[in-house]
Amino acid sequence: MTVIYLDNNATTKVDPAVIDAMLPYLSEYYGNPSSMHTFGGQVGKAIRDARSHIAQLLGAEESEIIFTSCGTESNNTAIRTALAAQPDRRHIITTQVEHPCVLNVCKQLEKQGYTVTYLSVDWQGQIDLLELEAAITGNTALVTTMYANNETGVVFPIEQIGAIAKAAGATFHVDAVQVAGKLPLSMKDSTIDLLTISGHKLHAPKGIGVLYVRRGFRFRAFLLGGHQERGRRAGTENVPGIIGLGKAAEIANFELKYMHRETRLRDRLEQGLLSRIADCEINGHPTQRLPNTTNIGFKYIEGEAILFSLNQYGICASSGSACTSGSLEPSHVLRAMGLPYTILHGSIRFSLSRFTTEAEVDRVLEVMPGIVNRLRELSPFTSDSAGWLQERDMTIAGAAT
Amino acid sequence: MWDYTEKVLDLFYNPKNQGAIAADNESGIAVVFGEVGSIACGDALRLHLKIEIAQDKILDARFQTFGCTSAIASSSALTELIKGLTLDEALKITNREIADYLGGLPEAKMHCSVMGQEALEAAIYKYRGIEVEHHEEEEGALVCRCFGISEPKIRRVIIENDLTTVEQVSNYIKAGGGCGSCLAGIEDLIQAIQAEKAATSARVNAELAIAQDYRPLTTLQKINLIQQVLTEEVRPVLLADGGDVELYDVKDDVVQVILKGACGSCSSSTTTLKIAIESRLKERVLPSLVVEAV
Ligand SMILES: Cc1ncc(COP(=O)(O)O)c(C=O)c1O
Ligand code: FES
Repeated sequence: MTVIYLDNNATTKVDPAVIDAMLPYLSEYYGNPSSMHTFGGQVGKAIRDARSHIAQLLGAEESEIIFTSCGTESNNTAIRTALAAQPDRRHIITTQVEHPCVLNVCKQLEKQGYTVTYLSVDWQGQIDLLELEAAITGNTALVTTMYANNETGVVFPIEQIGAIAKAAGATFHVDAVQVAGKLPLSMKDSTIDLLTISGHKLHAPKGIGVLYVRRGFRFRAFLLGGHQERGRRAGTENVPGIIGLGKAAEIANFELKYMHRETRLRDRLEQGLLSRIADCEINGHPTQRLPNTTNIGFKYIEGEAILFSLNQYGICASSGSACTSGSLEPSHVLRAMGLPYTILHGSIRFSLSRFTTEAEVDRVLEVMPGIVNRLRELSPFTSDSAGWLQERDMTIAGAAT
Repeated sequence: MWDYTEKVLDLFYNPKNQGAIAADNESGIAVVFGEVGSIACGDALRLHLKIEIAQDKILDARFQTFGCTSAIASSSALTELIKGLTLDEALKITNREIADYLGGLPEAKMHCSVMGQEALEAAIYKYRGIEVEHHEEEEGALVCRCFGISEPKIRRVIIENDLTTVEQVSNYIKAGGGCGSCLAGIEDLIQAIQAEKAATSARVNAELAIAQDYRPLTTLQKINLIQQVLTEEVRPVLLADGGDVELYDVKDDVVQVILKGACGSCSSSTTTLKIAIESRLKERVLPSLVVEAV
């Protein structure tokens, strides 16, 4: 069965051109870029080229790019270095909808004596700048927010957040893992001090990330050791990963101008589903959203069951339902948006890529109504049991708070 | 991706006995449904039973389930398991039997089988006119606020499935899987139950050894032992089900007890008596004992 891959916010297919670029560095060119011989030196040259493509993708300078092992490492490093840069400030501002690799660091910092403000989001997943303004003080060391949310695709007003952070003298870190290669970025004229990207979300392999550090920022290394990355990230370089990410960035630079294609397909999918299936809703902001993402709540049925049904047709998507995550609680992002439980548990995210075709979208449109209908027939909840359902919903929601 | 057995996937893709049972007022037949869970929990099951009143027997069982793959498969498995059983037989079905029917469930999905067992109980209790939920709320303190789970329910799942870790408890009945603030409380319960188990068997065994080695039990010893077994081994299980028992009198080998709570009004109480109390007393105290409710 051919796979229809609509889970690109989880990870992406490595572009064949990226694999071609990497292969020599897994076979012939295995030298260490730090070595004092031409053999290793060739590798060093290739890394410089890769760095330059990435700098271009971010609208940054090459010296501002640090290679890391993943988005998670970049986020951890960014938060720690920001706190070290202004040690007497003990307050952090972030949002309730961050990736766990930010939220869990913040939770640990709270135990270590920091105060953390988790900004709320409205039912469309958007933050309120007034809440940020009210929370920020001269004690705020760091404002860290995502650029766009991985589950809903909602894009935050980054430059406005940055302006508020700068006015208070706080460092501004942005998790742009879901944005690199999807929206144009320009660090040159930005308020961003630190920015995270991850290779496997833009058709490079897993295990390579980048932390952008604005020139002049008082950076403190997270991993100590050798002098790689000019002492800012020790450890022998993941050469094939870096070369792959360089190539992926080069391609992304070119492909950015064709993003409207993905938007068109996403809208075709979204509108198609909404028109064919009753009782479903888009989760997230209608316009302030990534071009490739749609998150839809199908009422009265559960997301994991939808995913397993889609899986029968080779269709890959993801869900914010509790049963999917294995965590027993539905997605923290959708919960922060205050959506009803029937939407939380029945939410499905489809995320497209430039490899997605119209035929694939149409296949989803063809099978999805049948899947939803079958599960709704199995379900004790239907639109006419809504009263009973709401009553149930409330009881437990009340108990949970 | 969950590692489901073929059987789970088969019953998910081609479920047996889905839907409701219409109440068509046939004489001698009762139709009833029991439900557990809610949309908030992420799974809910409404189990419909068609009961032959004279025989106390399940003629047909159907389900309506909101939930994941294994919740749907567990519901379907349950209906297959109970068709044709008497209500007393059906009440003995445990969540483990449902899981076994499916060739096993991933640990994190065991709560789907517990849901099946609870819906069955709810349906039968409803048919028999027993209010269980009331009882649980009165008897047991709420341990897990996130999922609304009280102490008796946690005790029961720990005892019946021999659970030893908090993660297992979360996997079976979700308690502890939300904010996590009840984890310590659950840990305490596990420890307490383990301690009880160890202490009871050690103590009773020791006393029995003394009693049996030397001379026949005196009436006083016998009553003490019966009292002890009831308190330490029988009552915890009954309490978890919303019932209770009190020793009324002992006349020779006849042990008279008063059944309370869910057990008292429940027509399966004879079964409860024989199985839970009499066999336990026979085994622990004297093989010749007979239990009688007063
Ligand atoms: C918004 C966001 N931040 C960070 C990460 C973590 O990136 P990585 O998988 O490279 O550690 C992810 C990926 O899941 C993400 O979606
Ligand atoms: S109270 Fe039990 S998980 Fe929150």
